[in-house]
Amino acid sequence: MPLEFEKPILELEKRIQELKETAKATGVDLEAEVRLLEERLARLKGEIYGNLTPWQRVQLARAQGRPTTLDVLEKAFQDFLELHGDRAFADDPAIVGGLAYLEGQKVVVVGHQKGRDTKENLQRNFGMPHPEGYRKAMRLMDLADRFGYPFLAFIDTPGAYPGVSAEERGQAWVIAQSIQRMSRLRVPTIALILGEGGSGGALAIGVANRVLILENAWYSVISPESCAAILWRDAKEAPKAAEALKLTAQDLLAQGVVDAIVPEPEGGAHKDPEGAIRNIKEALLKTLEELKGLSPEALYQDRYRRFRALGAYAES
Amino acid sequence: MALERLFRRKRPSGENRDVPELWTKCEGCGASLYKKELRENLLVCPKCGHHHRLPASERVAMLADPGTFQETTRLAPLDPLGFVDTKPYAERLRAYQGETGRKDAILGGTCAIGGVPAVLLVMDYAFAGGSMGSVVGEEIARGAEKAAAEGRALVIVAASGGARMQEAALSLMQMAKTVMSLDRLWERRLPYVSILTDPTTGGVTASFAALADVIFAEPGALIGFAGPRVIRQTIRQELPEGFQRAEFLLKHGMVDRVTDRRKLKAEVVRVLRHLHPGVPYAPGV
Repeated sequence: MPLEFEKPILELEKRIQELKETAKATGVDLEAEVRLLEERLARLKGEIYGNLTPWQRVQLARAQGRPTTLDVLEKAFQDFLELHGDRAFADDPAIVGGLAYLEGQKVVVVGHQKGRDTKENLQRNFGMPHPEGYRKAMRLMDLADRFGYPFLAFIDTPGAYPGVSAEERGQAWVIAQSIQRMSRLRVPTIALILGEGGSGGALAIGVANRVLILENAWYSVISPESCAAILWRDAKEAPKAAEALKLTAQDLLAQGVVDAIVPEPEGGAHKDPEGAIRNIKEALLKTLEELKGLSPEALYQDRYRRFRALGAYAES
Repeated sequence: MALERLFRRKRPSGENRDVPELWTKCEGCGASLYKKELRENLLVCPKCGHHHRLPASERVAMLADPGTFQETTRLAPLDPLGFVDTKPYAERLRAYQGETGRKDAILGGTCAIGGVPAVLLVMDYAFAGGSMGSVVGEEIARGAEKAAAEGRALVIVAASGGARMQEAALSLMQMAKTVMSLDRLWERRLPYVSILTDPTTGGVTASFAALADVIFAEPGALIGFAGPRVIRQTIRQELPEGFQRAEFLLKHGMVDRVTDRRKLKAEVVRVLRHLHPGVPYAPGV
């Protein structure tokens, strides 16, 4: 489904297509016209995709066809073996995880999992985990720690599920515990924000030595819609909230909240998922290499210092 | 804060405005209460037991041994993102500072609690709904580190709507920072007691407040992750009676004790004296 701001691009693409078809059907040479329009298309794309507003990026971060955790595990990793369940209550389909190899390196992975269509989205609760999802993530953190393998987390959630069942089973408690568990790991840890980094439900698997983010992903304390509903008393002001929250990859890099931005193909990762996944793989390998020399204790201290330093205040 | 507002609202606007109103109404049962008596009762209604919100300074007075509290909180907030909604954040901060006389939503320092050396941190709901931004996060981390360095117990009284929106991702990061700072206490085997008061939600519940050795909650306090309004919107149903109240949390195994404010200090002292390795065996204190 095209996004509103992409419509001029689509219209131009359609015209070029029509022109090519006319040329083919009638035998008239329209190559010069086509080339002209194609140049215009490239300029238009550059203008639109080169000047995305924060709200447009939020829309790209949610676009259908954007690579999900399972897509990345399938294409960038080898021999992913999914492990299920929290050993206490249930298996949460909104968080997946298991064992995998990255270019021959043994790793343990988890990630939020959104559906790739409406049916799967319902099954996966739109990537909004219940407490059992975080308990599963913690189990896998322990597994990585026990065997000394790097722990990689993919973040893509609108937020932890805000419902009665989640509250009854201690949503706040498991998020706090997951933050703590991940912060204490003595193995290299990397978190990569694939799409949406919605608040505590994202951070619960985001306390890593290095935090990477895809170019059009967002990460903040609240979604733009909820923020607008509270501060502007109108969820329709979400574009303004997206602006104010400084939630884009570039903004987060400036704040020190993320360490590096992983580039996306033009028009967003959903336009060329394979290309995006290649970039993700490259970034993960590079980051793992950076963390390689650190001892278990140094990895813990590195993470402590990283998060301890975040914040802006005045001494007085 | 709620009570203060109640007092203000009840004050007549006519000529006798500088005669202080002596009576107030209980927010729980509506009974007319003599204000002085209510204060002496730690703002707990003597008729129905309703716990009114207690201002941060009164909370310190209630928990710290008399004359021992030395304030250490001193950081002031910035506006790192230049956040503007219907009003600039900088302007909101000035208004909160004017109303509360505090730089940000936390009051803390060193003290003794039942003779046990402690760092006591109290969140101030009157300041931006007790929300956690960079200052609150940093003060909590410093408090935990100070407690660890000086062999003190850590006691945190939570009262917060969650992470502060106007500092966005930086507020979110305070959840990780505060949680990690608790490791310093773990390493030194020093106790950490968390007291959840009305209300404690969002990123505060989902970080340091939930990770104490012992967790107390005050009767009737609203405690949870998502606020009730958000949940109602999500499930489009009315919420069950008593949902997210302290007693509900106790039933579901999330807190150790729901304790009446008038008995709270005595129970906190028992926990601190038991867990603090520097305190000798002393039954029945």
